[in-house]
This record gives sequence, structure tokens and C-alpha cells, in this order.
Amino acid sequence: MFDLTGKAALVTGASGGIGAQIARTLHGAGAAVVLSGTREGPLDDLARDLGDRAWAVPCDLSDADALAALPGRAADAAGSLDILVNNAGITRDGLMLRMSDDDWQAVLDVNLTAVFRLTRASLRGMMKARWGRIVNISSIVGQTGNPGQANYAAAKAGMVAMSKSLASEVASRGITVNNVAPGFIATAMTDKLTDRQRDDLLAGVPAGRMGTPEEIAAAVLYLASSEAGYVTGATLHVNGGMSMV
Amino acid sequence: MSESDIATRVRKIVVEHLSVDEEKVTENASFIDDLGADSLDTVELVMAFEEEFGIEIPDDAAETIQTFGDAVKFIKDAV
Repeated sequence: MFDLTGKAALVTGASGGIGAQIARTLHGAGAAVVLSGTREGPLDDLARDLGDRAWAVPCDLSDADALAALPGRAADAAGSLDILVNNAGITRDGLMLRMSDDDWQAVLDVNLTAVFRLTRASLRGMMKARWGRIVNISSIVGQTGNPGQANYAAAKAGMVAMSKSLASEVASRGITVNNVAPGFIATAMTDKLTDRQRDDLLAGVPAGRMGTPEEIAAAVLYLASSEAGYVTGATLHVNGGMSMV
Repeated sequence: MSESDIATRVRKIVVEHLSVDEEKVTENASFIDDLGADSLDTVELVMAFEEEFGIEIPDDAAETIQTFGDAVKFIKDAV
């Protein structure tokens, strides 16, 4: 089950904790993986670590021309582009009363507009192949909202509605478009929390623990697989029961 | 490029893309009504024409391309 041999995946934000694990998991299932992100060093390290069937292709997601060219570069490296995982994202947290236009726009640009552009540029090859998988990494806050994250929550909710629209447009072509919405996931970022902060956060999680990048990657693997061909426009929540939507 | 060259290349794209018999692709054949295309097919056809002939077909022009004959005529004027 979930064998991706012969498929090629592009993962954005592959230098981060969750993105790197998504790339590892897809690679482990047999896919060729193209690792994209802004930090060349970690991308190269990961590509080297994975060995065969892995390439680092750095890209600045705020550069529209570079984004439009990225699917072509990925296909040149890996032979095709069958699976797109839009994982890259940034935060610029702050209460809305004090949120600057720049902080709003920067988050919308990277977390929503770049996803639109990269997805659009990836569709053509998938349409021709009559097979494609687009998996967007959203967030539970796209569903629930979160104080201090008006920009991030809006972008993540926008991503979900965009996915549903595109899912309707391309379903007849064998292309599915889905979202994975993580809750609290243990990454380098959450390592910095104090015990008190951690306890407060976990009080709202029935599972009583943070999720792991592996658990997010497993959800992505499922949605990227041929077995999930009848699942489209869906959001798979991976949050330990924190929000049952 | 002669009109018959264009017609041959357009017909090839239409036959391949819509999986229809060549003889069905006549001058007045409507992509949607006669050749079974849906709205996404028509967008894909326009993109395929753009690629094949190295031209740009704006959205408002694309809307006027309803039949095989429309496509050949538009491309003949554009190349």
C-alpha cells in the first residue's frame, strides 16, 4: 500500500521540520523528491542524506517568476512532477490592532499567493498525465482562528477554499487536491516553549501530547497515494482531537 | 504557414486531445456540442494551440473559438 515508485514529488519548505519529514516519508515510499526552500544548506544536506532520487532546488517563494519556473525545474530534475506538496509557510504574529500592512501582506503572499502560483504552474503536466496529487499543508487555525494570527489564519483558511475550488475543476482529470491541517506538532519551534506553556497548550489536546512530523507526513503520504484517488477537496485534521471538525 | 498546414496541425491536436475520429473534426464541428469537450477541455485545447503555434490567445478571443473552423481562422490570423 501507498507505493509511490515512479512518481515525482515537489515539496516546498523542505528545510523545515515538517517539510523535511514529508520529503523523507515520500522518498521512503519510493517517490523521487525535489526539495525546495530558501535555505540552500539544509536542502543540500537533506538531498545528500536521502541519496538517490533526491534533488535540492532552492526557490524564493516571493519571486513570481522563480515560482512559475519551479515546476519545470523540478520536472527536469526528477523526470516529471506528479505530486506537489505546498508546505512552505511563514508567520508574522501580532494582535490585529497592531498588525502592520507589511506583516499582513507578507504572510498572504507566501502562504496563499505563492501556493496559487506554484499550483497553477504545476497543473499543466498533471493535466496531460491525467494524474496528479496536490497536498496543501494548512493548519487547525485556518478552521478555528487564533489570537495573534489573523494573517496566518486567513491565509490558511483561504488555502482550504482555494483547494476545494480547484478540486472541483480538475477532478475529472485524475487530479486530487487536498489539505492536511496539523494541530500542535513538536518541531524546533515548540522545543523553545517553557514547561508551563507546553502544559497550557496540551490541556486543550485530548491526546495529551504534541503530534510528530512523522504523523503529518503519514497523512500527506496517504493523500499522495493512488489509493486516495477518490478523496478530493478534503481536509485531513491531524491534531490529537484538539478540534474535531 | 498555409491554411491547410494549420488545419492539419489543429486537427491532430483536437483528435489526440478529445479522442475523436478525424472525420468528425469538420469545419463547423463545435468542440463542446459535437466533439464532446467540456469547459476544461476547451481551455486545454487553447493552451495546446498556443504551445503548438507559439502564439497567445487572450481569454476574450478564446471564448470566440467554438468550432474547429474558428480555431483555424484565429490561428491563421495570429501567426
